[in-house]
Amino acid sequence: MQITINGRNIEAAEGSTILQTARREGIEIPTLCYLEGVNDIGSCRLCVVELSGSEELVPACNTKVKEGMVILTHSERVKAARRMVLNLLLSEHYGDCFSCEKNGDCELQKYCIEYGVETTEFTGARKEKNFKKKDAHPFLSYDPDRCIECQRCVKTCSHVTGRGAIWLGKTGMFSIIDAPFGEDWKNTLCESCGNCAQACPTGALTVKRRKAYRAWEVEKVRTTCPHCATGCQMDLVVKNGKIVDAVGADGPSNHGLLCVKGRSGSFDFVDSPERIRYPLIKNKATGEFERATWEEALSLTASKFTEIKNQYGGEALAGFACSRSANEDIYMLQKMVRTVFGSNNTDNCARV
Amino acid sequence: MSKIYLANSRLSDAKIGPLLKKFSNKVNVYPPGTCPLTVQLSLLQASRNQTCGKCVPCRDGLRQLEKMLIRILRGRADMDTLIEMKELAAMIRDSADCAIGYQSAIEVLEGLETFKEDYISHIRRQECTGITGQKIPCVTLCPAHVDIPGYIAHVQEGNYDKAINLIRRDNPLPTACAMICEHPCEERCRRNLIDTSLNIRGVKKYAVDQIAADKVEVPRANPATGKKVAVIGGGPSGMTAAYYLSLMGHKVTVYEAKERLGGMLMYGIPNYRFPKDRLDEDMNAILSTGNIEVKYGVNVGVDVPVEEIHKSYDAMYVAIGAQAGKKLRLEGIDAKNVFSAVEMLDEIGHDRKPDYTGKTVAVIGGGNVAMDAARSALRCGAADVRIVYRRRQEDMTALDTEIESAVMEGIELMLLQAPKSIEKDEEGNCCALWTQPQMIGPYRSGRPAPVDAASKEPLRIPCDVILIAVGQDIVSAPFEEFGMPAQRNVFQAGLDTAIANMPGIFVGGDCATGPATAIRAIAAGKVAAHNIDEYLGYHHKLDCGVKAPDARPNNRIPTGRVNIQERPAYLRKHDFEHVECPMTYEEIQQECGRCLRCDVFGCGKLDGAVDK
Repeated sequence: MQITINGRNIEAAEGSTILQTARREGIEIPTLCYLEGVNDIGSCRLCVVELSGSEELVPACNTKVKEGMVILTHSERVKAARRMVLNLLLSEHYGDCFSCEKNGDCELQKYCIEYGVETTEFTGARKEKNFKKKDAHPFLSYDPDRCIECQRCVKTCSHVTGRGAIWLGKTGMFSIIDAPFGEDWKNTLCESCGNCAQACPTGALTVKRRKAYRAWEVEKVRTTCPHCATGCQMDLVVKNGKIVDAVGADGPSNHGLLCVKGRSGSFDFVDSPERIRYPLIKNKATGEFERATWEEALSLTASKFTEIKNQYGGEALAGFACSRSANEDIYMLQKMVRTVFGSNNTDNCARV
Repeated sequence: MSKIYLANSRLSDAKIGPLLKKFSNKVNVYPPGTCPLTVQLSLLQASRNQTCGKCVPCRDGLRQLEKMLIRILRGRADMDTLIEMKELAAMIRDSADCAIGYQSAIEVLEGLETFKEDYISHIRRQECTGITGQKIPCVTLCPAHVDIPGYIAHVQEGNYDKAINLIRRDNPLPTACAMICEHPCEERCRRNLIDTSLNIRGVKKYAVDQIAADKVEVPRANPATGKKVAVIGGGPSGMTAAYYLSLMGHKVTVYEAKERLGGMLMYGIPNYRFPKDRLDEDMNAILSTGNIEVKYGVNVGVDVPVEEIHKSYDAMYVAIGAQAGKKLRLEGIDAKNVFSAVEMLDEIGHDRKPDYTGKTVAVIGGGNVAMDAARSALRCGAADVRIVYRRRQEDMTALDTEIESAVMEGIELMLLQAPKSIEKDEEGNCCALWTQPQMIGPYRSGRPAPVDAASKEPLRIPCDVILIAVGQDIVSAPFEEFGMPAQRNVFQAGLDTAIANMPGIFVGGDCATGPATAIRAIAAGKVAAHNIDEYLGYHHKLDCGVKAPDARPNNRIPTGRVNIQERPAYLRKHDFEHVECPMTYEEIQQECGRCLRCDVFGCGKLDGAVDK
């Protein structure tokens, strides 16, 4: 169907929203509460646009296109409304950008700068300042002062991870998110996956280690999660050559999500002092492991396996692969067990 | 494990019902005189409390609007605040997701216009406009400002004569109002905070049922002033003016076109609602003040020129009512047996009852006159009476109790039927009313307007008689010719009932408002009398000789309202006898005991709490 956005004639797909159509055409409409496929409740009203024939401004995120629509995404009226939205949001958003983990990576900050709303003309009226933080959880923390109640975390937890561990603690005027990171975090439905933190547009709901780096200090390296065989795509966040965080990337099997292991248990060991960095062979006399060369280690292992195979037959041997290994490595291992050992005793633990 | 459940009655949503009822009662009884900005603030607070908390404009914006309004009320705002309020409210109106947000913003925007003066006064002078100040609800809402708590207390103490004289201080027709007043006084009765409005009319009725008004001596008139005042029209407004003017000592001549006094109370309201002998009690009392002469059967403007009256008197009060039935432009309207309801009621008032035995009568209209005509037609022997109305029942202007009584008597309401034409037989008699079915549509000037239901065929309503009750007209022509200003036949006067640039000529009642209620006509008569007195150079203060008794403590126990019972419909519909049953002593004691004496407690003792 044909629609017009900012004077441009555009072919729009039936069933798509104004936002989807505009973004596809490279027309940027600001959004805060919107999360594609997850949250289109239209709560922030930042994405409102002017629609010919409608006295009201309509949210682009959840208004479907209709034949002949004439849309203005950046008229003065629209921009004034957006400025008002940002003003209102800032009035209930306490805190200092300098001390915020999301500084430089905050969507609210980004739009406030874009729309020239550096301070708000309103003073907060709805929320209690310095309301109790929830940060007893080992990985995650929630600070209501920075929350804009967009509900991206709520919808992520209930609709995407399927836990429903985050909900509205108080509704209406006193609306506040009830995040399960308080003293009783172990008794909640929370699985500590942290997808909520990744969904949060501000610094309200964060992964605690986020404090260790700023957006501009890091680079991201796309990789596959080393845990189970789902193959989730993730970006390892690297600061000064060290991995400081892992965030979900949009892969075919995970669509940006990670589980607790992927997000919080997949990179710390890289720089662990306890990590084995070279082959070790136990000295039978002292009982201590001693450093060896790969040649020594592999020769010893091969000779011992051969000895066992000759004495007891291939069935006495088995090969078990670690699930953190790549598929190709695991394949090679089972191939070796079957052909070299002459045994079918092979498996791996990729069943998380 | 169960998957779905019935609603749990212990949950707060179920328990919140009674709380909301209390809330709505509280809202309904905002005392008259409350600063409109305070009411706007309450409305805004209710709005923001209704937000679900989802969207920014409503969740955070309404709270900011409230803060601005509070700043204005605290006297800490400037004119820029109004602009900011307007901008924010417009943004909420345009971008809120649901009615909780946008409707609240619309209300703020409307309030900024409607109460502009009040906003400016609060900003510039840090004060209300000066016309606000809490008032006693019942006394204020009674157009004649009768001392209602006072007479209720007298009835409770058994002082029925004192109650009647206290009423007559502001309204010389206690019996009429006991029978047929629409009691605007009950609307914001503070008792609603505890249970429900007092049956104020019922209490008054009990008083006049115990002792007839003409058996209670009126105050003595002042010495004669020698001034002569003409009152044109012997209805409630004219007779009220006559009463006070007479007490002041002026010589009053009432010109009444008909044979008896009372106007529409006599010739418009059927006997079963207001027995004529009871009307005489009020009229006799008024005449007993001594300075009133009535010229019956004189139609001013026809029998006597208006100029002549004007010249012969020191002042003149025109209270000619709205006596003519409005006409309907309808094909076949000239058929025989098509009458104006006002004429039909007038005939009955003259004791000339039409014989409708066995006939089917259709009444067109939805006001009190339509109900009166329909119920009277039934009492004239009609076999079937149908009220044909082009809107819905809830849009009818008749009192709910009148509609209910009519329906109980077997009158059918044919709703959403717009009269289209009248069918005649060979002899020219009407034999059917054709209507075009309607559907109710969007609001126009404050109420939903009907539109033709295009897919519905016209309806034929067979009938032998058609009564048209679509409003009344004022016969203003002779007075307009004399020079009195009128718009669409309604005379134009100030709130003091005086006509600008026509010294000594006053006008009030239906003829200055369009068809309205008796108590509004009475109020106009009272205002006219006092202003005529001033015009004549006097400042008479009338002493009714009665004061309200001391207040008993408030009875705080929630108690039901005692309603007036009516005779069974199957009996009453055959006669013109009064339909209402008397209340008992116990009932009236309980009802009076519910009065919270707002004249004594709360704002009642403040200056300005009582309108004169």
